Amino acid sequence: MVFETVIGLEVHAQLKTQSKLFCACSVAFGASANQQVCPVCLGLPGALPVLNKQAVYFGIIAGLMLNCRINRHSVFARKNYFYPDLPKGYQISQFELPLCEKGYLDILDQRRIGITRIHLEEDAGKLNHIGSNSIAGAQGSLVDLNRASTPLIEIVSEPDLRSGQEARAYMELLKTIVEHAGICDGNLEEGSLRADANISLRPMGSTTYGTRTEVKNLNSFRSLEMAIQVEVERQKNILLSGGTIVQETRNFDEATQSTTSLRSKTNAHDYRYFPEPDLPPLVLTEALIQDIQNTLPEHPQKKKARYLNDYHLSESDCKVLLQDIQLDAYFRETLEKGAHLAPKDICNWVIGDLTAVLKEAHSTFSTTPIQPEMLCELLTLIHQGTISGKMAKDILVTMQQSGQRPKALVDKMGGGQISDESELRGIVDAILDQNLEVVVKVKSGKSNSADFLIGQIMKATKGKAKPDLARALLLEQIEKRVL
Amino acid sequence: MLLIGNYIVLGFRKLFKVMLFSSVSQLHHAFKSRQLKVVDFLKQTLAHIHKTDAEFNAFLSLSETPGLMASAETLDIAYDRGENLPLLAGIPIAIKDNICIQSQKTTCASKMLSEFISPYDATVIQKLRSHHVLMVGKTNMDEFAMGSSTENSAFFPSKNPWNRECVPGGSSGGSAVAVASGQSVISLGSDTGGSIRQPAAFCGIVGLKPTYGLVSRYGLVAFASSLDQIGPFARTVEDAAILLEAIAGKDPHDATSASYSFIKPSFENLSIKGLKIGLPQELFSDAISDDVKQTVLTAVEVLKSEGALVETVSMSSFQAALSAYYIIAPAEASSNLARFDGVRYTYRSENPETLSDLFKKSRGQGFGSEVKRRIILGTYVLSSGYYDAYYLKAQKLRTLIKEDFKRIFNTFDVILSPTTPSTAFKFGAHLQNPLAMYMADIATIPANMAGLPSLSIPCGFSSEKLPIGMQLTGKAFDDALLLKIGHVFQSKTTHHQRYPEGVFHGV
Repeated sequence: MVFETVIGLEVHAQLKTQSKLFCACSVAFGASANQQVCPVCLGLPGALPVLNKQAVYFGIIAGLMLNCRINRHSVFARKNYFYPDLPKGYQISQFELPLCEKGYLDILDQRRIGITRIHLEEDAGKLNHIGSNSIAGAQGSLVDLNRASTPLIEIVSEPDLRSGQEARAYMELLKTIVEHAGICDGNLEEGSLRADANISLRPMGSTTYGTRTEVKNLNSFRSLEMAIQVEVERQKNILLSGGTIVQETRNFDEATQSTTSLRSKTNAHDYRYFPEPDLPPLVLTEALIQDIQNTLPEHPQKKKARYLNDYHLSESDCKVLLQDIQLDAYFRETLEKGAHLAPKDICNWVIGDLTAVLKEAHSTFSTTPIQPEMLCELLTLIHQGTISGKMAKDILVTMQQSGQRPKALVDKMGGGQISDESELRGIVDAILDQNLEVVVKVKSGKSNSADFLIGQIMKATKGKAKPDLARALLLEQIEKRVL
Repeated sequence: MLLIGNYIVLGFRKLFKVMLFSSVSQLHHAFKSRQLKVVDFLKQTLAHIHKTDAEFNAFLSLSETPGLMASAETLDIAYDRGENLPLLAGIPIAIKDNICIQSQKTTCASKMLSEFISPYDATVIQKLRSHHVLMVGKTNMDEFAMGSSTENSAFFPSKNPWNRECVPGGSSGGSAVAVASGQSVISLGSDTGGSIRQPAAFCGIVGLKPTYGLVSRYGLVAFASSLDQIGPFARTVEDAAILLEAIAGKDPHDATSASYSFIKPSFENLSIKGLKIGLPQELFSDAISDDVKQTVLTAVEVLKSEGALVETVSMSSFQAALSAYYIIAPAEASSNLARFDGVRYTYRSENPETLSDLFKKSRGQGFGSEVKRRIILGTYVLSSGYYDAYYLKAQKLRTLIKEDFKRIFNTFDVILSPTTPSTAFKFGAHLQNPLAMYMADIATIPANMAGLPSLSIPCGFSSEKLPIGMQLTGKAFDDALLLKIGHVFQSKTTHHQRYPEGVFHGV
């Protein structure tokens, strides 16, 4: 029997607000335990939530960029369950009337994936288990509520995805969108973007859904793709051997590349959702939504089209740029400062040599002393023929180390490349005089030997000979020589 | 009426008694004119509390005397200098023990919170601090405000100052007893289904449940968030108005608080001529004891003689209100009380074996039986498969109740009824029958369900010499109108001037 894979993703994105969803506490990462807390996010008796406006705006931005309908009237609800990282004993979320509904996202050549809803909710705190990586078997567990009440959006897709690769492509595009929208830093490893996958199989051609499992712990694109593959395989084997799928939540273990049962439906929580009485319904005006619409950041898919058509970048250039928001920002800033330079050249340098230099120096685009305008200056020197590409690469390394401007470095090295024809002709002649036997080889057709002579010229000029000019003069002089 | 403090100390016992039952403005004038020192009045108040509270059990904890005395001395210096201080400056006030005061215990009369010391002030407490009141202590209540007698307190029941064999009402029983017995001039309670008005009626004092949203709930330990409201107890309507003005107003920490401030209305030259009062026939039925019914109807005659127009109305949603309340309130409570889980500041059971064991034992041992009953009820009505049949249906009934009120208020300015079906009952009378206890709130619950202001004022006494309360309910944010009517009534009657003589005997 041939099966069709049916996948829906639930993605949690942590919003890049200054403060928490219902209080003024900071959401900055890395504070020591329980330092960013107050009566509200600690769930102290009597404390009440007050909604963070910025989080609402970010939620609306997400909805607009994912082609959703923004509900003018949405309602917060309590999701009730007991856990030590949940200080109120309920999570404030949205249930029946979410902020956004009915959107879509086009992935991989116009595969349209439906977005069921996007809602706002608060994160839980963190547990640090002593002597174990789960609460069972731990000697004790420490509760850290710094993360409690951090704002999240949950983006729920329709069951429109058909493979691990599609799920990955959807997730990658989603990450790019929330990053470019400036609402989430999109870090899967640190958990600012998290996905759960609902997976089921059905006979090809069937219009009803099979029993699904929910797979958790997918903290990289690779594990998302892998987990879906192994879970599909597992379900297929059960179905082919005449078994039935149990509706349950399963955990993906990257090390063993398998999924294991966390809890079955009979043990599933009854969350007893009901409207949050501490928060009035969220009512949005047309004017507000219009305002946000008007100032929406450029959609990465539009940006990509612009890069391809206006800047003549390649598909792979676009992929590299759009995947890294810092890289893309650096590229655009350099582009702005260097209007006289070819965008494609700038792109090559940014994603090629500069990226390599930064990697080597364990630096990043936000910490490097090489400002976009300094890169522009360097590229301008190449453009003007003052230095060679090879020289520029060496200068780039020194710029990273010293933070000095490229012009200053070129001066220190005794000027730019030798591009003066008569000066260079003299040097070429001298080299030929010293290597007459090689000249003979070249004249007899061994063109490889010309490279040796170029090397000698570069050695003599400390690499400053303008390469194309040196080669032209060399060939010209060899031609002239009569042996 | 007041004399210099020294005379009283010298043994003018009668004057001392009378002074403890003075009103806010009387005391303010005495402080201001320096006939009476804040320190002296505080001393006498504390002495009275120490003398009487072993019997009445109004308080769960008392503020530390040195701190209070220091505040009182500072106020005396300010008064000496002739500074203009707020009306409430130096006035002793008692606070229900479900309202958080920084660095003091807030137990909600529960074993669960018996060691909880709040690290923050409720908004009403912050406001009161700016008025320089003297918070003398935290008062007893039914555990987590669930009950109508204080018998559900995990510590002890409070006693009715008019008859020590009777309950003071609840859940804010301690706050009512404190004011009724002269232990504090005013107090704060909270009202979810009648928890201010019912004990006010049982103890013969004034109690107001303000319009929902008029007073911030920030720092009030939640029972049922959509119904809870903090409000004042006082012996006079005017004092209740003064206290309400101090605590009301929009609070950025409470998203359900209204952009509406309350200014105490002028009580000069009031007239209620032409005022339309509706008497809901359902609350003058056989469910109400004859004593109560007759006394309230007599009080109605007073208002009539002042020019009010009185007619009977039908309010068919009354019965439904009680049923819907006992679904919505427990539903919200089951969620609100989930935070008391044994993990952080609550009671924690010893030697739990697993995480779920920790939750179950801590909650099983930390909560009393009425609280557990309501949590179970609330959990049930929110459960999948039952939500529509119970919670959703109750919400629809709530809409009907609001519409019913709206319809009546098209014709009438206020609705008048008895506050309670009977006078204060004996201890244990309803303990075996929770439903009978729930009936004690039949007249008070509708105002909570509709978010309306509702005032209980003493309007007479039963043949057993127990106080009887009359309840006025108005349109949203018509709190001032209720208080004006109440003041007119008090200016024509003397019920509020009586105090339980017994508080000075045999204790």
